Amino acid sequence: MKNIFKIAVLGVLGLFIQSCGNDGSSGEKSGAITSNAAERVYVAPGEHDEYYAFLSGGYSGNLTVYGLPSGRMLKEIPVFSQFPTNGYGYSEETVPMLNTSFGFVPWGDSHHPDISQTEGELDGRWIFINENNTPRIARISLETFETEEIIEIPHSAGNHSSSFITENTEYVVAGTRFSVPYPQEDMAIDQMKGNFKGPLTFIAVGEDGRMNIDFQLKMPGFNYDLSHPGRGDSHGWFFFTTYNTEEAHTMQEVNASQNDKDFIAAVNWKKIQEYVKNGGGEEIDAEYAHNVFDHSTQAATTTMKNKVLTVDPREVEGAVYFMPTPKSPHGCDVDPSGEYIVGNGKLSTDLTVHSFSKMLKAIENKDFDGDAYGIPILNFDSTLAGTVKEGGLGPLHTEFDGKGNAYTTFFISSEVVKWKLGTWEVLDRQPSYYSVGHLMIPGGNSREPYGKYMISMNKITKDRYLPTGPELEHSAQLYDISGEKMELLLDFPTHGEPHYAAGIPAEKIKSKSQKIYRLDENEHEYAATSESETKMERDGNEVHVYMTTVRSHFSPDNLEGIKVGDKVFFHVTNLEQDFDVPHGFAMIGANTSELLIMPGQTKTITWEPKKEGVWPFYCTDFCSALHQEMQGYVRVSGQNSNVPLKWTLDDEEIN
Amino acid sequence: MKNSGILMVIGSALLLGLFIYPLWNIQLEAPQYPDPLGMNIYISGIQGEEEFDIQNIDGINHYIGMKKIPTPAEMWEFNTFPLVIGGMAALGALLGILGFFKVIGPNWFLGWLILMTVLGILGMMDFNNWLSDYGTDLDPKAIMKLTDSEGNPLSYKPPLLGSQKILNFTAHSYPRAGAYLMFIGMLLTLVAWWVGKKAKGTMAK
Repeated sequence: MKNIFKIAVLGVLGLFIQSCGNDGSSGEKSGAITSNAAERVYVAPGEHDEYYAFLSGGYSGNLTVYGLPSGRMLKEIPVFSQFPTNGYGYSEETVPMLNTSFGFVPWGDSHHPDISQTEGELDGRWIFINENNTPRIARISLETFETEEIIEIPHSAGNHSSSFITENTEYVVAGTRFSVPYPQEDMAIDQMKGNFKGPLTFIAVGEDGRMNIDFQLKMPGFNYDLSHPGRGDSHGWFFFTTYNTEEAHTMQEVNASQNDKDFIAAVNWKKIQEYVKNGGGEEIDAEYAHNVFDHSTQAATTTMKNKVLTVDPREVEGAVYFMPTPKSPHGCDVDPSGEYIVGNGKLSTDLTVHSFSKMLKAIENKDFDGDAYGIPILNFDSTLAGTVKEGGLGPLHTEFDGKGNAYTTFFISSEVVKWKLGTWEVLDRQPSYYSVGHLMIPGGNSREPYGKYMISMNKITKDRYLPTGPELEHSAQLYDISGEKMELLLDFPTHGEPHYAAGIPAEKIKSKSQKIYRLDENEHEYAATSESETKMERDGNEVHVYMTTVRSHFSPDNLEGIKVGDKVFFHVTNLEQDFDVPHGFAMIGANTSELLIMPGQTKTITWEPKKEGVWPFYCTDFCSALHQEMQGYVRVSGQNSNVPLKWTLDDEEIN
Repeated sequence: MKNSGILMVIGSALLLGLFIYPLWNIQLEAPQYPDPLGMNIYISGIQGEEEFDIQNIDGINHYIGMKKIPTPAEMWEFNTFPLVIGGMAALGALLGILGFFKVIGPNWFLGWLILMTVLGILGMMDFNNWLSDYGTDLDPKAIMKLTDSEGNPLSYKPPLLGSQKILNFTAHSYPRAGAYLMFIGMLLTLVAWWVGKKAKGTMAK
């Protein structure tokens, strides 16, 4: 009995000591560096990351999905580029997604992902991303993680100050980086100045996500580089950085760097929205593609549109102002309160911060310094909130942690700098490896940032990883920003060239992630939702094969009656209704790609047989223990043969 | 006899839970199925725990030549069991009411319980027979024909009660809410008998 008492006392004592220890360590943690970095990025096998991060793929044209803090790549979502891995842009259903007014464009340059918002907070419905080269905006579902819609931006070139959204996802905005004749016409290049324009396009987003161009603002022919929406009090405004206000048409490297200050354009879109609603603006000719993927028919359709509403900013009183901003500003970032607009003057060591409330006062007082093409230029000093001095060299982008701090990347000095909003003092700096372009804090450009992690996305990799020849993947770094000082935790390679990223707490979207497509909701024109519906049909030299897959066979798996010169459409439906059981389909000699078909989906690939013979096809996804047996044969006869269409499974005719 | 009659009515009414809740549940767990596949066995048929579980169990079982999980129309049990359960609940309630008004004595309650127990055992035996048939009557053209160390075909019979490893799957077979309600109900009818008997004894004294 005495012993039990002793043990109990020891136990209580132990607890006491332990709790003291805990207090001590948590006190330290708020101070500075504590436990090791490996522990903090380690996500144990089978555990999930805390955040999703969506990194643009740049010249891959795609969007990659990562987990944070592990830095593990979870998926590559094809958006603007053909993706033979799953048939995107090759399958009959998805080819229309890449249609433009220039015809089928197989490649794109994806830049700035932005997650939809409600009342300034990430709502996780969709993610938007822009294509810089052939101007387009895409919308990707965060339930299927698939591209659902792509709209082309007419009269634009270099769709770079895009695809940022307003705080209730009223608009997704697409600016013009390379000013061009508006509308396009044949003219001498050196006639650019005063003749080119830089249209800013406001695309309305419906409740179902559907995009529709509301209006185009016909702005002077500067280069509109980046943009962000106002939020809070400044909701209703949009801010765009500009460079090349010199309007140089050649050797811009030098000629567009002559003005000491370019502008941040402040656009009161609510005023213009009102103006347009009341019949303002002028409808002009345009040619652009609107591609929509329908989940019930599982097919995309292209609608060519031929009109766009254009608005001359000078016609709308008080709609647009220019705020002079030094040194060819790149990033244009608005803090969570909506009060501060940061111009990242990339040829400078300083950051210029404008104040929204001072801007309103300056407008009220008509505190102008002349105008540019009839658009008032506000006096520099009257909008200036402050300058972050000697932050580094070559500031590009700024994000916010929601705790009154801002984080700016400095490309030339290759570092991330933390500074304080309001006092403009530099608090911390950490090197990045190497030449950081963009950075991202989940929600860091919204009213509610999640200021725990920050990633920097670097342009130069050099020696960070095992060498892989002259061409390297880019590198990213993960920092813990929960303490006073930033701590570098992890270094991981990224795919393509990330030009920006968007992050969101996993909890906000992971439970909505779809597992299968329902077969009973499959409205695909050529779906066979059971093996008994599989068949072949001839229409001239086109042969349609209605095929199904299930572990582990195709139905039919023996096909005859196809002739050289035919165009065969394999419409393959995956009958599975089990999570993560895709089937693949590959046909020897197909000039297209394979198909990767998710449960309940139908996809179509074409094949034009060129040689007589008996040709095999097979499942490309290791679907089951009998995957190797998942194969079939197509008999191809001569052009003039009379072999009738015949489709069988296990030597039995179907139907 | 009043209390015992009420207990008898409640006890037999709890059988009706079988019309709402599953009697039994079999879950199949495997490395590839972190969310196990599961089937709920109701007195009127078998349903997947998740919408497509039955289809997916059938899909996996076809490799080893097992038959598909039967639909209600394919097994007479699923038509008969509801009638038996409904009938027994009605009979129990009637006995309880008659007991309440002292038309009959508590031994009738015991009689009902014995009948219910016999029927229950018969039901379990039938269920076990089906499990045996389901686990051993295999398609001779099965893709994978596995044998034990003596060369006999493997049985894929899930356990009647408990957990058991079958190839890569672990099958868990346990009663569910419908069965528990039935057991509680049957226990209540036993209490009803005992309470009734005691009340009768006191009165006699």
